[in-house]
Amino acid sequence: MAPLDLISNARPVEAHRPWPRAIVRDDGWHAAIDHLEAGALTLLGLWGDAGAVHMAVLDARAKIAVLTYPCGNGRYPSVGARHPPALRLERAIRDLFGLDAVGSPDTRPWLDLGFWDVAHPLGAEAPAQPAAPYAFLPAEGEALHQIPVGPVHAGIIEPGHFRFTAAGEHVVRLEQRLGYVHKGIEKLMQGATLGDAAKLAGRTSGDSTVAYAYAFAQAAEAALLVTAPPRATFLRALMAELERLANHFGDIGAICNDASFALIHAQCGILRERTLRAAQICFGHRLMMDAIVPGGVARDLTAQGPEALRALRNEVRKIFPRLTAIYDSTASLQDRTVTTGIVNAEYARRFGAGGYVGRASGRDFDARRALRYAPYDQLAFEVPVLETGDVDARVRIRISEVEQSLALIEQILAQLPAGDIRVALDAKPPAREGIALAEAFRGDVLVWLRLDDAGRVARCHLRDASWFQWPLLETAIEGNIVADFPLCNKSFNCSYSGHDL
Amino acid sequence: MRKILLDSVTHGPLTEPAPQPDEAMLAELATSLDRAARARLGRSLSIREVDAGSCNGCELEIHALNNAFYDLERLGLRFVASPRHADVLMVTGPVTRNMREALLRTYQATPSPKWVIAVGDCAANGGIFAGSYAVAGGVNDVVPVDLHIRGCPPPPAEILKGLIALLRL
Repeated sequence: MAPLDLISNARPVEAHRPWPRAIVRDDGWHAAIDHLEAGALTLLGLWGDAGAVHMAVLDARAKIAVLTYPCGNGRYPSVGARHPPALRLERAIRDLFGLDAVGSPDTRPWLDLGFWDVAHPLGAEAPAQPAAPYAFLPAEGEALHQIPVGPVHAGIIEPGHFRFTAAGEHVVRLEQRLGYVHKGIEKLMQGATLGDAAKLAGRTSGDSTVAYAYAFAQAAEAALLVTAPPRATFLRALMAELERLANHFGDIGAICNDASFALIHAQCGILRERTLRAAQICFGHRLMMDAIVPGGVARDLTAQGPEALRALRNEVRKIFPRLTAIYDSTASLQDRTVTTGIVNAEYARRFGAGGYVGRASGRDFDARRALRYAPYDQLAFEVPVLETGDVDARVRIRISEVEQSLALIEQILAQLPAGDIRVALDAKPPAREGIALAEAFRGDVLVWLRLDDAGRVARCHLRDASWFQWPLLETAIEGNIVADFPLCNKSFNCSYSGHDL
Repeated sequence: MRKILLDSVTHGPLTEPAPQPDEAMLAELATSLDRAARARLGRSLSIREVDAGSCNGCELEIHALNNAFYDLERLGLRFVASPRHADVLMVTGPVTRNMREALLRTYQATPSPKWVIAVGDCAANGGIFAGSYAVAGGVNDVVPVDLHIRGCPPPPAEILKGLIALLRL
């Protein structure tokens, strides 16, 4: 496989599917960092394990590999020292596993805010030590002032802390501090049955419950050498596109609302509600939680489902173009969104930013197209990409994706195969590993899984697209006015829960 | 835009009739509320939503309460930006250890008389996340809860039922 060709002395391990995993030493690890720094590889994930760290990388031809660095003495060479997208991941690894990234310029805790009874809960557990006060990065100069915001915010949103340093109205520096909704999901996964673990995966970020269950099921099936029945794969994609539609409607409306344009917000709220009601009719749950399971899907499309979906499509096709026409022709709205919160294309590439954040800044990547996982190998769709990288571009990517998702739903209904919706999984497989990437509405979700020889989860890592988007929000707001932060933040709509785990 | 506004006027409202209050919820509430609070607040409630560790699923459905179908404000209920303006804290999620302090401070910042509604299965007892090193428990383990609305997540109609029950007491 291509990424491993770049790495010297990589020793592949058995039973890791569908992409290879290889054990490397210092030379191979540093070679991978060289290629990340040079842009030949994109970092897909970096996570801890018992006495080792794993790094998932993607090359320019959309080939994926996992590199494992055994750290016998609890240390590994820092990736973040030369490739900043890894910094927060390394801080999380230190908090959870106690493994140190040697040479990292930022060794502050990240998920451990000093409230746990244990230190390194997934590694060699130790009693927690008193936490030192958190040192925010400095911004110095005359007339600068700080604005601390959160963790409890003013709206109905998730908790996190934002530390603004402003000169008058203009943001000089934003620093995020996250981890408030850390629930210990990866620890709860350990020892869980596949069924229980799939439920946990589906509650990593509720707005992406379908995408997480999708990725988790694919990773489990890869590990167990099982293929979901064709009908199940089509129903999974149907759920994924409904989830994308609902979230994009919500986001487009909420972004316009943060620019004080209530009409599109109200109308998009109606479209979102209609989408959730169609999902309820089709699969018996508005958010479609626990509908995707390892081996297939838990529920078939109801008899009333196709009619509800056609009604939804007709309604969206009638209303949505009017809303986009209003968006296009309202100068006061465009005045807020155009040239606001620009994400530099080079940052988007370097951070491997997924979803609309990456695609609005020229990063032409969508896991559905790059990996062609079933049934997207049998469906036609386009991946919209823009270059301007502002709030407006992130709105327009979503608008284009609404149209693509509608077209996909039509194709799925037209081509939906008959047959089983679920296959049984071998209850007692030997220990093996699987990995999957699924395209959630906000970007690619990575799930990496190791099953023990009783078929239970030995280790599972879930990586939300937000890990590589949150840092870009810090860059996007720089030089903008404080009052535009809600608008910029909503145009990203990063997940707190998906990030904090 | 004018066409949409005109359509809205001619087509009539989407808003659905408010659901009837749930009997079990009413019973739960009866023990924790007194008439004095009712006299003081009247038929109007300001709600401060606090995510104490949820997966954000409950937030999506709480958001939906403001859409045209449920239209919360017609019932005299509205979400406010500060706990200092609130009569009710609507809390979601298992309470994570990292959010415990923030939830307590939010509760302390809410003027009395005040009620706490725990929304979702996680808020009831930690749900699927109970027992984690990072979870302090359900909402009631941290602040006193007056009403539980169960579900994963509870659909907006269920949340609405609970809120109406709170008002009718």
